[in-house]
Parts: sequence; C-alpha cells; structure tokens
Amino acid sequence: MSKTLYQKVWDKHSVDQLSDGSTQLFIGTHLIHEVTSPQAFGMLEERGLRVKYPQRTFATVDHIVPTNEISEPYSDPLAQKMIEALRRNTEYQGITFFDTPTGKQGIVHIVGPEQGITQPGMTIACGDSHTSTHGAFGAIAFGIGTSQVRDVLATQTLKMNKLKVRRINVTGKLGPGVTAKDVILHILKELGVNGGTGYAYEYGGEVFDNFTMEERMTVCNMSIEGGARCGYINPDETTFAYLKGRPYAPQGADWDASVEEWKSLASQDDADYHDVVDFDASQISPTVTWGINPGQGIAIGEPIPQVKDLAPELQSSATEALEYMGFSQGQKLEGIPVDVVFIGSCTNGRLSDLKEAARMIQGRKVAPNVTALCVPGSQIVAKQAEEIGLDKIFTDAGFQWRQAGCSMCLAMNPDKLVGRQLCASTSNRNFKGRQGSPTGRTILMSPVMAVAAALEGKISDARKVFGQKGE
Amino acid sequence: MALEKITATTGRAVPVPGDDIDTDRIIPARFMKCVTFDGLGEYMFYDVRKKEDGSDTGHNLNKKQYQGASILISGNNFGCGSSREHAPQALAKAGFKAVIAEGFADIFLGNSTQLGMPCVTLGHEDRLQLSQWVEKNPREEITIDLDTQQIRYADKSVALGIPASNRQALMEGKWDPLQELIENQEKVEVVARSLSYV
Ligand code: SF4
Repeated sequence: MSKTLYQKVWDKHSVDQLSDGSTQLFIGTHLIHEVTSPQAFGMLEERGLRVKYPQRTFATVDHIVPTNEISEPYSDPLAQKMIEALRRNTEYQGITFFDTPTGKQGIVHIVGPEQGITQPGMTIACGDSHTSTHGAFGAIAFGIGTSQVRDVLATQTLKMNKLKVRRINVTGKLGPGVTAKDVILHILKELGVNGGTGYAYEYGGEVFDNFTMEERMTVCNMSIEGGARCGYINPDETTFAYLKGRPYAPQGADWDASVEEWKSLASQDDADYHDVVDFDASQISPTVTWGINPGQGIAIGEPIPQVKDLAPELQSSATEALEYMGFSQGQKLEGIPVDVVFIGSCTNGRLSDLKEAARMIQGRKVAPNVTALCVPGSQIVAKQAEEIGLDKIFTDAGFQWRQAGCSMCLAMNPDKLVGRQLCASTSNRNFKGRQGSPTGRTILMSPVMAVAAALEGKISDARKVFGQKGE
Repeated sequence: MALEKITATTGRAVPVPGDDIDTDRIIPARFMKCVTFDGLGEYMFYDVRKKEDGSDTGHNLNKKQYQGASILISGNNFGCGSSREHAPQALAKAGFKAVIAEGFADIFLGNSTQLGMPCVTLGHEDRLQLSQWVEKNPREEITIDLDTQQIRYADKSVALGIPASNRQALMEGKWDPLQELIENQEKVEVVARSLSYV
C-alpha cells in the first residue's frame, strides 16, 4: 500500500519525535488574524523572543471589521484596539499584513488562496478552526490555539499527534440545484459532528474531481464541523489552473518544478486509509439544518426527525435543539418565515457564490419581512463582483451590499441578530448565540437556498422557486 | 522555566449537562474583543449563566453549592467548534483546573493540555453516575489521578481515558512544549531547507 497525501506531507515536515511521543511538525505557512494573535505576540514579548521566520507568516483582519462603515477609528474602541495591535505586531516583527488600505484584506481563509499563498503539499496553521479550508489545495491545514500561534511564531513548528485518515468518496452526479454546501451538510448529517474526531478527511470521487476550487473550499471548510481537524483534496489540474499566476504562486521554471512535486504528493489509488466511506451523489438533496449544531440537518422537504428515532447519543442534543429553535419533531422547515438572510463567510463568500446568488435574484425583490445582507469574503471578491455589476443586482433586489469581513457569521462586529430572529445563513455554524444574539437562531444552507429564502420571505426549496434556473 | 508536574487534581466538581458544548457557548465571541486573556473568567458560559436582562439563570454554574468548584463535568464532544483558546483560558480564569467529559474535540483538548489543564474522559454510564453523585454531594471532593488513571470519589474508583502523550506531558511537567521546540532549532532549520517553498 502506498502513502496518503497526509502521510507524505507529514513525513516531509516532521522535525523530531518529542519526549512524550508526539511529533514536532514544521509549519510551512502560518496565517494570523486579529482575534487569536495579540495574546501570542504578548507571550513572545514576555519571553523576549522574536518571530523566527517572519516571511512565512501572513496576516489579515477579518472578524472585527465593520462592514458598513469602514473609516477609522471604528465606532467600537475595542475593535480599533485590536486592529491597531495587529498593525503594531506585524510591523515590529516584519510580517506581511493584508491590512484594509491594501485592497487585499478579507477573511483569512479567502485571502490565503486568493493570493496563491495556499499551495499543495504545505503544512498550514492558523489560530482559526476553519483553516481546514486550505486543504482544498492538497495542503495539510488545521486550526490551532493561541499558545500554538506563539509556538509557530517562535519556532515555525508545533507539537502534534498524527491523525488517522478517512477517505470520503462522493460518486455519481449531483442532482439539479444541489451544491457543494449541500454535499458537506449531507456528510455532516451522516457522519455526525464528532465522527471525525482524531481524523483527517480526504475527499474524493467524481463529484470532487468535477468541483471547482471554490466548491472544494466550501466542503473542506466545514470538515471541522464534523470534528475532523483537517480535510483535504488531492491536487490536480483544477488546483494548478487556479493557482497559476497568483501573486505568491511559484513563477517560471519554479512553477513547473512545483507542479511536478505537487503531483507526486497526491494519494495513489492503493493508499493506506484508516477507513473509507462512500456516498452516492444522487442521494444528496439541498440540505438545511434545523438544530444547534451543523450535523442536525435534513433534506429540504423532509420533516425534522422524531427524537426517538435518533441514535440514543443524539437524543438529548436534539431535544435541546428543538426547544431552542422553537421547532417540533415531524415539522417541515419549508414555509417557516425568516427575518434575516446572510450571504457571506469563509464557507460561501467567494465570487462564484455571489455570482450564483445574483443569477437567481435578477429582477426580483427581497420579501418585505426580511433583512438581507450580502458580505463579500474579501476586498478582491468585492471588487471583482462590483466590476461585473453584482453589487447592483443585490442592492436593486433589496439586499444590503457590504464591505469584506466575517460579519454575521459570528457577529464580532456590529452585524448581529436581534432577539430570537431566525436567519437563513450561508455560514458554517448554527450554534446557540453564534450570530450575536444569545437567543438568535440560524439555519445553515447554500447561497442559492438563502436567496430563495430572501425572496420568498420563508425557508424554500430553491428548485421550486427558480425552476430550471435554480438547477 | 520548570513547569509543574501535574499528576493529580483534587477538588469539588460541577456538572454542566449537555453534549456538543461548543467553544462559542464556553465564551461567546462578543467577549473576545480583547488583546489579553485577563478578565475572561467573568464571561465564561455567559449566555448559559445569564438571562438577556442580565439576571442569573438557574444553571448549575450559578448554584451556591457549586461555587468554588474546580472540576467541570460534561457530556460528549465538549469544546467543539471554534479553535479559540479563549475557551480553556476562560475556564482556567474562572477557577477550573480540569475537565471530565465523555469526549473532547481535538483542538480544545490540545489547547487545554498545553495550558496544563487535564481533560479526561469517562464512558457514558460512568459519567452519568459521577454527575449524579456530585449533584447529591456537591461539597465533596473528587480526585483525577493521572498516575493511576482513575477518578476517585466516595469509595469508588473508575478508569479514566486520556491520550498517552497528553498524560505524559502533564505528568512530566512538559505540557507547554515551547522550550522543547526551541531547543530543536537546528533540526528545524534542516527541515526548512529541505522544503522547496520555504
Ligand atoms: S467567516 Fe466565520 S467561520 Fe470564517 S473565519 Fe470568519 S468568523 Fe470564522
């Protein structure tokens, strides 16, 4: 049996075995943002340490930036303090910072790929759990805590334990109107929110072969929602075509050598997986969540499950979810009025997501009961979208068109739900209180489904709303 | 800087019932607008402990009998979601020294261990029995013994789970790996030079 990509990348980056049996792993690329890095820089300074490889760390600001009024000082002094701390720290340590005036700022998991910083065969760490996104390029990418951010800054290494690798195949063809978001929500529904604990997920099969890089990123992004610290897809021609010519991608002769190396890292057909799970693409429908974790999902049109029909270990969480959401077992979600629609986040805030959403909107209006936000994932996404007039399509329909940032994905900026508002969201987490109101409620779905909810004013099956266009 | 060798933790416990308790629940994002971890203890489990008008809920964490508890007991997949170290930091700042659960999310487990906060697992039945006993005996102490890999309470002793490397790191006072990582710098440079992209 041959090695998986995970094993090959792990071997290449292993520095040593540590005294407790774990591995010291070299982290080739380190990404940081304003929320989880200031304490790490503080710890470094306390010990009188400098950043060891400043050219291998890249910074952006995303969580706290306001998306409506971006001039400084921000109305929230704490947010202002955080962006200033990052400026000071990156400048002092000689780290590249994609700050707001650069025109390259955005959500860290969108900026890395966009700049070509994210490449196959790298180890990538960031103090953010959705670092799994970068696995779409065939990188081993995972979220870390702040003390580990300190470790990477100080040594460019981490103490790690090796994960097992689960291969997830999705074979066949997706039905009309079924998107990458539905694929991952379906996988989470089937494998559970902790089914991936201790695993890296390797995604493959016809569906992934045919996916664009942006679709692959949507899936890898939510690996962590299944408990898998990283998820990846073997690099192929789609990966190389996406990367070619990007600012930080290898150029000239280096490019060809890199492509050869990247190809050699992919898992072979006979690779040694810990286990393999197969899904039939034709069985996947547009999927929405009904509960308070991303594994509590159903196909649109399906009723919320009866608690007693669930596995025993899922029942208490399901009961808690029904109570919090105000839903009942056996209820269908279609037709439930929504208050807010949020299109954006590192899951679905890329240009292709916005294009697809805009295509559905053209000539229609957001329902009067709905506040609808479209938040591009980066300044570059915003600019590209504006160049092709997407902003106008959104605003003409009654959407608010915002500046780049995390926004209402976790509401560390002024974009928040109020009270028990129900939000149709393209983000990745429906935890209690996630969108800024301690009692606010989130239903996760694809951008197309979110647009359908915005226009209809209620949870809807996009395939019915848009007919052939929705397919 | 020598670290404490953590071989056992003894203290009173508080059950925080529920599975899949995510780090947003442990420390809601709005309290992460800070550049240090100081002061996070106050906001630990804030939305679980407080009603929207700021008054206390009836949650165990607010109950008088559990004040001063240093061991938190919860269900499966504790600490899932966001990688924020603010979560274990908030627990530590609120006085917690260890967590017992049926299972932990990987990142939370790593973050907590690196802070010297043992996270140990019990099977569902054992965890339930322990929680029930604690509810009846909130003033009694329990001991998490990493050496014998047992949790002791009353006259009982149950086997706990902990990844071998975490246990070793805690027991040998090597839970914060930075010094060890720094000492290997020569080997680090060898690997760095071998990578085409670095
Ligand atoms: S968009 Fe949401 S999930 Fe992604 S990095 Fe920002 S806050 Fe985290």
